[in-house]
Formats: sequence, structure tokens, C-alpha cells
Amino acid sequence: MNLVRNHVLISIDAGTIMAGARAVEKALVEEINKQGLSGEIAVLETGSIGATGQGVVIVVYPEGIYYANVTPADAAELVEEHLLKGRPVKRLIMTEMPKQHVIKKEKTGLLREQPRIVLRNSGVINPENIDEYIAEGGYEALEKAFTDLKPAGVTKEVKDSGLMGRGGAAFTTAMKWEFAARAPGDVKYIICNADEGEPGTFKDRLILEGDPHKLIEGMILAGYAVGATKGFVYIRGEYALSIERLEKAITQARLYGLLGDDILESGFSFDIAVMKGAGAYVCGEETALIESLEGKRGHPRNKPPYPVTEGLWAKPTVVNNVETLANVPEIVRNGAAWYRGYGTDKCPGTKVYTIIGNVATPGLIEAEMGTTLRDIIYEYAGGIKDGKKFKGALVGGAAGAFMGPEMLDAKMDFVNLKEYAAVLGSGAILVMDEDADIVGMLQSVLHFFRHESCGHCVPCRLGTNQLAEIIDRIAEGKGKTEDVDKLVSISEVMRDTSFCPLGQSPVLPITSSLRFFRDEVYSRVQ
Amino acid sequence: MSMVKLTINNIPVEVPEGTTILWAAKKAGFTIPTLCHHPDLTPGGQCGICVVEIEGIPGLKRSCMTPAADGFKVKTHTPRVMATRRQLVELILSNHDTECLTCVKNNNCELQKLAATVGINTLDYGNALKEKLPIDRSSVAIVRDPNKCILCGRCIEVCSRVQTVNALAVNHRGFDTVITTAFNAGLGNSVCINCGQCVVHCPVGALYEKSAVDEVWDAIHDPDKFVVVQEAPAVRVQLGEEFDMPTGSLVSGKMHAALRRLGFDAVLETNFTADLTILEEGTELIGRLTSGKNLPLITSCSPGWIKFMETFFHDMIPHMSTAKSPQQMFGALAKTYYAEAKGIDPAKIVSVSVMPCTAKKFECLRPEMNASGHRDVDYVLTTRELGRMMREAGLDIREMPDEPADDLLGDYTGAATIFGATGGVMEAAVRSAYRLVTGRELEDVEIKPVRGLKGIKEAEIDIDGTKVKVAVAHSCGQARALLDKVRDQIAKDGKSEYQFIEVMACPGGCVGGGGQSWGSNIAKRARRGESLYEEDRSLPWRRSHENPSVQALYEKYLEKPNSEKAHKLLHTHYYKRSTVDGKVLPNK
Repeated sequence: MNLVRNHVLISIDAGTIMAGARAVEKALVEEINKQGLSGEIAVLETGSIGATGQGVVIVVYPEGIYYANVTPADAAELVEEHLLKGRPVKRLIMTEMPKQHVIKKEKTGLLREQPRIVLRNSGVINPENIDEYIAEGGYEALEKAFTDLKPAGVTKEVKDSGLMGRGGAAFTTAMKWEFAARAPGDVKYIICNADEGEPGTFKDRLILEGDPHKLIEGMILAGYAVGATKGFVYIRGEYALSIERLEKAITQARLYGLLGDDILESGFSFDIAVMKGAGAYVCGEETALIESLEGKRGHPRNKPPYPVTEGLWAKPTVVNNVETLANVPEIVRNGAAWYRGYGTDKCPGTKVYTIIGNVATPGLIEAEMGTTLRDIIYEYAGGIKDGKKFKGALVGGAAGAFMGPEMLDAKMDFVNLKEYAAVLGSGAILVMDEDADIVGMLQSVLHFFRHESCGHCVPCRLGTNQLAEIIDRIAEGKGKTEDVDKLVSISEVMRDTSFCPLGQSPVLPITSSLRFFRDEVYSRVQ
Repeated sequence: MSMVKLTINNIPVEVPEGTTILWAAKKAGFTIPTLCHHPDLTPGGQCGICVVEIEGIPGLKRSCMTPAADGFKVKTHTPRVMATRRQLVELILSNHDTECLTCVKNNNCELQKLAATVGINTLDYGNALKEKLPIDRSSVAIVRDPNKCILCGRCIEVCSRVQTVNALAVNHRGFDTVITTAFNAGLGNSVCINCGQCVVHCPVGALYEKSAVDEVWDAIHDPDKFVVVQEAPAVRVQLGEEFDMPTGSLVSGKMHAALRRLGFDAVLETNFTADLTILEEGTELIGRLTSGKNLPLITSCSPGWIKFMETFFHDMIPHMSTAKSPQQMFGALAKTYYAEAKGIDPAKIVSVSVMPCTAKKFECLRPEMNASGHRDVDYVLTTRELGRMMREAGLDIREMPDEPADDLLGDYTGAATIFGATGGVMEAAVRSAYRLVTGRELEDVEIKPVRGLKGIKEAEIDIDGTKVKVAVAHSCGQARALLDKVRDQIAKDGKSEYQFIEVMACPGGCVGGGGQSWGSNIAKRARRGESLYEEDRSLPWRRSHENPSVQALYEKYLEKPNSEKAHKLLHTHYYKRSTVDGKVLPNK
């Protein structure tokens, strides 16, 4: 057996692939072979390590040195200098070494070190190799569930953990499972909602790219708890790499007897199919998703009945977000009490954020529930870019709310933010510096809603159109003060009468922008 | 059934569990304004007009799809609710082609009424009309104007769920959403069966019949033309509604008088050929019962059903009766038998029918419908169009005297008039088949099990020891269910349990046809059907073979039912059609 001296981890995710990661990988391997180091240096693919916008990122272990913006032309120097002679290439080392990249698997009490539960393996293991997942404790939860916990025990563990849906609505996960478990019927389904469409959100993609088996294990556990034998992952068609890795992972899991009939001789059978969505935002709404999965137009259904009693093909169906399900194996494996050691009383655990906009180090982070917005921006994301002042952030995507400087110290969790009339939503944080144009921001948000309205109901179809036209008028300097009132009143009617959460959403960005940036908005109208 | 107690605007009301708040409010005396809602269809919740406040529940709730629950305290017209409704109507109007004065639905439009109901007097929102879309005139029966469409979804609901035709669907999304046909190819190039249920369910002017009013006026005013008119059974129990008479008012005689006053040269009767249909079809039935071949026999009076069958069930073609519909039998006779008897050049005859139906417009244009050597029927008017012509001519049905139809093709029996209600053809056929088989008259002519609005009705008729199992379906959805069953039975056992099946394309039969007045619903259809049975009871003859003019026709012209001449003039054949565009498929 070869003793490997150095591991070179190359981050292969959708972003780094576009930056040329495959070419860099090829150049590195060729160079290593040329230098005769193939026996002692291993180049491994891994998922996103969390940094975005920094080109191709690689990490060299055991030193733990991060290189950014690596090109194929750098391969020779990296191999020659670092891997052969042991001299790190200074000019490529990540200068703004974000705190988020200090990966700790266990809680240390230090804020600057992220407690990683969901992202535990992301950027560490090779997502295309099931053995690496298993080596990190993967599928242990499954064994525990089958031997000790049994279905009710799994649900109890998840219930005790206080896990809430991470898709944005924050519904108690175990409650959904219990409803579906209790619903009459032999055929039940688990659907993983991977139709991540909230602008600025890409956490689910990076979870899937970085650790697909975690989702698979979570879905099997959910299926076991609920009594479902079939799972579907409804995933955005654009997520090519996620789909590829997920499908590979499913094949591997089947080969290992972790999916299919009589899993681990437990008597429980479960399998997963991957279904691609066509990119409609509304299909992230669970009933529209189900319609789409059934091959119909993605229109929301009337509720009740809820999917837990009448979902896919009118069978009891649990729809859970990727991040929600990715929490489940860790909860089951480590126990609810362990999980409750993270986060707040009302919202235990962590939240995965995608932080973008005018910050020094945008990317993917995982933070405890209850972490302040200030810490997320300044501790994890390196603060505002170019030393500028913080103006505000749009938290939760287009369907989220603006938060101004006075909310920097608000503790971010589902319950607490409600008191501030804000939401955690999908976990997208779009940070604006002092130069940001709030009317321009609203313009893009409201155009987004107009574009994504499914057209089913009057308030959303025609309301989003009026909102977009009014904000355009204001942006062009032709707006009047009544126009601002109209924005509010239309969005309130939409909140009250829209058929699904899509049309109910624009009221949040509109009213929150007026709350923090009232003067600026009014300065733009006559 | 368990009941729930709630209050509507502080008025207590008790309703069966599952009742929507909309109906509970109605019971308490409050009519909540609605737009997309239709009492016969599953609510889709598109418009949001019917929202109410429920104490303790945040936001507003759609009363059309929220079930009443014990202890609900519902408020239907709070300031918030009323302001919201107005805003929603304004939003709809911001996107609506409001050229009401030139709209076919002027004075009959549910949106127009709603705007008045909620008190819209100014429009605060900018006009947000889409670029004008082309009007779909590809169909010979139905016009579709997407610029008037408010996307309430009723047409899709009735086309897909009630009729299972699926000619219409939502395309594009958001503000660009339109309702259209497959490939946007137009109704005339789709599986549309022309039944017109979309038309009678449309709340606005987005769907209407292709009008023949101008052509008919031209014919009437042309001194060289001899214009004959026939009226279907269901028209006489509906025309009164066009003039604010109570639903189902029977106006046969007044209708004849009005048509005469409009200037038609001869006012004749589709009911006459309905009787004739019974003798042709009844004879056919007996032939099939005797030979045992191609059973069950399936009726062929409903042209919407014919196109549906040709498209989705063309394996059933051998089972179809070859008898033409009464309209087309009339057309073939008007330009042959009638023309000869009256000494009129058939080329100068313009044959007009008044029908409760839009599919009849398609039927009269079928290429094979020219047995007379001319187009057998030239123009089809719907009941609505006749109402329009009468109003234009200053005629009010209520002021008309009762007049009979003209001779030769004008007499009819009670058996003919019940053709307009679901089960009527079946009942009429049994009345005559009994005589044809036994030589005796059926004493009790009323076959109650085939009457009424139950989806699929079955009965077993005893004709002198021969048991004939019959079934009646109305609406294509019910027909599909029944025919699926028949198909399975034939595949499994080589034969079906049924010997005779009546199908009408529209719910309730012709009284619920797509050419009837706007605002049709199940209760109205039922009431109109009852009126036809009342006329049946009031007529001197109640069996088709008793019709003296039909007897004369056979004596003088056709010899006997199913004769060679009868076959040439009164029978037809069918085609296989594509399930993609409804076009005739080449014969394999």
C-alpha cells in the first residue's frame, strides 16, 4: 500500500468548474506524473469548500494551505515548489483567508470556527465516493435507526431535536412526518425539494455537490419514519453537477444495499428517483412541485388537503428541503440532545447561508441559529468589501426582508426574526454597501416576481405586473408619492388574497425597504 | 350527515359539514360576490373576489373553497374585505379589453355586473393591456377572443374534467399567461368537439358562437330565396329565458309565431325528424338485436358526441347508429321531399336550424351532409342568436301568440320533444321499439329510470320477454366512463351487458347545450328538462310512430324505415379522427 504524503483537494462545484477546475485538475495530475510523484501525492475531488468568486480553489493537506484563482499554468510551479520542495507558492495563497474555511467538525465554543453539521463533509470528502462518506460515519444513523430506534424512535429523535424546515417556512419537521405516518394508506412518498429557486440561494446545490449521500441517508430515514418506500428528489434541471453526483451516489448506495429492497436486512425497502424541474420559481412551492412531478403544469393546489394527507398522486407525502433532510442523519446518529447543543432554545441547530453582495468573502457558511447578522457579515464573510459602510441586507431571498444597520445585532433564527418582521427564509444574505441603490434593488426584486408568477390567480398575476410598472416609474424619476402608497396597498392585497406564498411575498421586501430606507425611496418621487 | 354551526355577519346558520362558506352565507341571506366560481365546477380560486374575514384566522379566506367549520365567525363585507374586492376588480380591469359596447357579452357579462356590484367608479391602476392577441376564428362553431379572457379557468375545467376533451390549457406564465389550444393552433385545429360548454361557462366575452345571424338575415331579405327553419326540442324550453321568462318556460307556439314574424317562409320542426329518427334508429336496433351483431347500438343525435367518438373511441364506429341526427334528416328532406311536394326549386331553398348547440354548426358543414344534392342545412343559429334576432326585430316572446308549425315537416309527438333531455331518445326509442317488435302499444310510456341528471342511468326493458339492457350517459366525461366499461367488457367477454346506449355530449342533454342562454347551470338544465316532459304529457301523440306526417312521409316517399331511399337520405357514416388535431385520419 502506498503511503500518500500529500492530499491535494480540488473543489469541483458548478462555480469552480466554470472557472476551469477540470483543466487545473488535469494539469496538476499530468505535472505530478511528470515529476514521478503519482505514488505519494493524491489529487482528490471534493465539493465546494465554501468560497465563491475566487476562481479555482485547491487545498493541500496535511498543511491545510488554501490556494485561490489557480490556473492550469500554475500547475507546474505548484507541483515543483510546494509538493516536491515543500515551499508553498505565496502568490496563490488565499489572501483573504475567510474564517468560514476553518473547518471544525465539533463545536469548540469559538464563534470564528463554524460548527458544521450539514456541511461537515463538504469540501473534505470526495462526494463521488461512498466509502469516504461511510468513513466519516455515514450510514451509521441508518443502522442505529434499524436496530435501536425503529420508525417511532427516529421521529422522536427528530422531534426532540426541534428541527424545523430549512426551506423557509420553518414548519416542525417531525410534525410533518407524524401527520404523514398517521395518514391512512399503504403508499406514501418522501419528496426532497431541491428546486432551489430563491435568488441568491445556492446552499442546496453545494450540499448536493459536496455530500450527496447525506441527503440520501436523510431521505431513507424520513421514509423509514413515515412508512414510505419511494422517494423523489425534485431538483432544478440547471443543477447538472448536483444531478450527476446524486445519481452516482444513488447507484453506489444501491450497490451497497443501502437503497432498494430490504435495506441492510431490516425488512425496510426504499428507493429514490431524481426528477428534474424546468426552472419555475413557483415549483419550489410544495403543491406546485407535486403537480409538476405528476407531469402537470406547476400550479399550486388549494390547501387543505395538505400533502401530508393528499400529496403526490393523492398519497400521503412529506416534502422536505435538502438542508432539512441533510440534518437528519446527524441528529439520528448523535442524538437530539447533542443537536440541541447548537443554536437557540426555540430554533436548535445551525443554518446554512449563502452570503453574497458587497462582502469581502462571499460564499457558503454554516452558523448556529441565533448568530447575529453582524457576526455573519463581519466574522464569517470578512466584512464589507473595500472597507465601505454597511447599508443593509436582503435576507431570505426575493421573498425575504431588508434589514437595516439597526438590525445588525438581531439574532438570526426563525422565531426571533419574526419579531422584527423579518424572515430567515432560504438563508440567502445579500449585503449592500453604502453605494447601493434601494430603488434599483426593489426593481430587480419586483421584476423577478413578475417574471416568476405562475399566472394562476389574479392578485399575483396582475399585482406583480402593477408593482413592476410602478417601481419602474419611480426608478425613471416619474413616480409620485401616491405610487409608493400603491406599492404598499397592492402588495397587501396580494398578501391577503394570493393563492400561494409567491404572491404573498412581495409585501415583505416592499414594506421592509420603506421601514429602513423610507427617505431614500421618497426622495425619488415627486 | 353532521352539521356545523357558524355565524355569517352575526347571523347564525347551520349547514352540512363540507359546505363552503359561500353557500353557508347564501343560506344566511348574503350573496358574496364571485367571478371565477361556477356552481357546477370545482372552484379553482383564481380571482379571490369571494374573500371573507374569519375571526381568529389571519388574512382573508376564499369563501368558495373554504369549508364552513363549527364556531366560525365570518364577516363578508368588512371595510378590509370590500376594499380588497375593489382592488382585485380594478386589477382585473387594468388588464381587460373593456370595449363593452361592442362585446357579444354586453349586458350579460359577469365581470361587468361585478364591477357594478362592488362599486367601481374610477380606475386607479394604469392600463396594463397585453399586446392584442389574434382572435381565434379557426373553428366553424366557436370563436375565442383571448383579449377578453380573464383566465378564470372555467372553460378548462369544463373541457377537461366534465367533458374530458382537453382541448384547452394554460400556456405561458405570469402576466403572459394565456388559455389556448395545443400548439396554439386554434380550436378548429384541435380535438375540440364544438360542444360549446366552454361558451356557456365563460363569464365574459372570450368565448362565443360563430354567428350566422347576418347570413340568415340576408337570406330572409333575399326575395329569390325560400327560407325554411327548424327548431330543436330544447330551444322551446329555453328561448323564454332570453326574454326574462322563468327558467324552463315552454314556448313552442310562441316560438313558431316569432319565427314567422322574423320572415321565415316556412316554420317547420326538428321534432318532426326526431320522430323520424326513432323509426329509423328503432328499426336499426331491432335489426341488431335480431342479428346479435354490433351491440350495443349507440345513438348518434349529438354532433359533439359524434366528434368525441370519432376522436377518442373510433373503435366504436361499428356500434354507432348510422341514423343522421334529426337536424340533418330534416335538411336532407327539406331540399328533396319538401321541395318536390311544394314545387320549389331546392337550389332556392335556404335551410336554417335553431339549435341549443354549437356543434350543430360543425355538423351541418360536414362534407358528407349533402344527400339532397345541396348543402342539407345551410345555417345553424343557436338559441342565443335567435334571441338576438328577435330583439333586433323588436319581438318579445312574451307577447307572441301561440301558433302551430307549418305542414309536411311540422307535426311532432311527445316522444320527439323529450329528445332535448338526457334519456329522452332512449325513452322515445323504447316506446316505438315495443310496437315494432310486439305489434302492440306500450301502455305506460314513461320510462322513469332513464330520466333525470344522474351521471349514468341504466334500465332493463322487457319487450315481450326479451330483456334489453340500456344505459344513458350525458356529458362526454360520463360517456367516456361508460364506453371504457363497454370496451373492457367486449375485450373480456366478447360482448357488453348493454344492448342500447344513448349518449348526449352535454350535461343534462340538449337542454344544457352550448348554444343555450348564458349562465346555464345544473338547476336550470333540470328545470328545462322537466318542461319537456310536461309538453310530452300534453301532446295528443306520445309515440313517434303515431306522427301522421311521418306516416305520410313513409307512404309517399320513403316506403319504410331503413329502405334504400331512407338510407340514402337519412343515414350517414363516420370517420376516425386524430387525437392531436381532430382532423380526419386516412383510412388504413
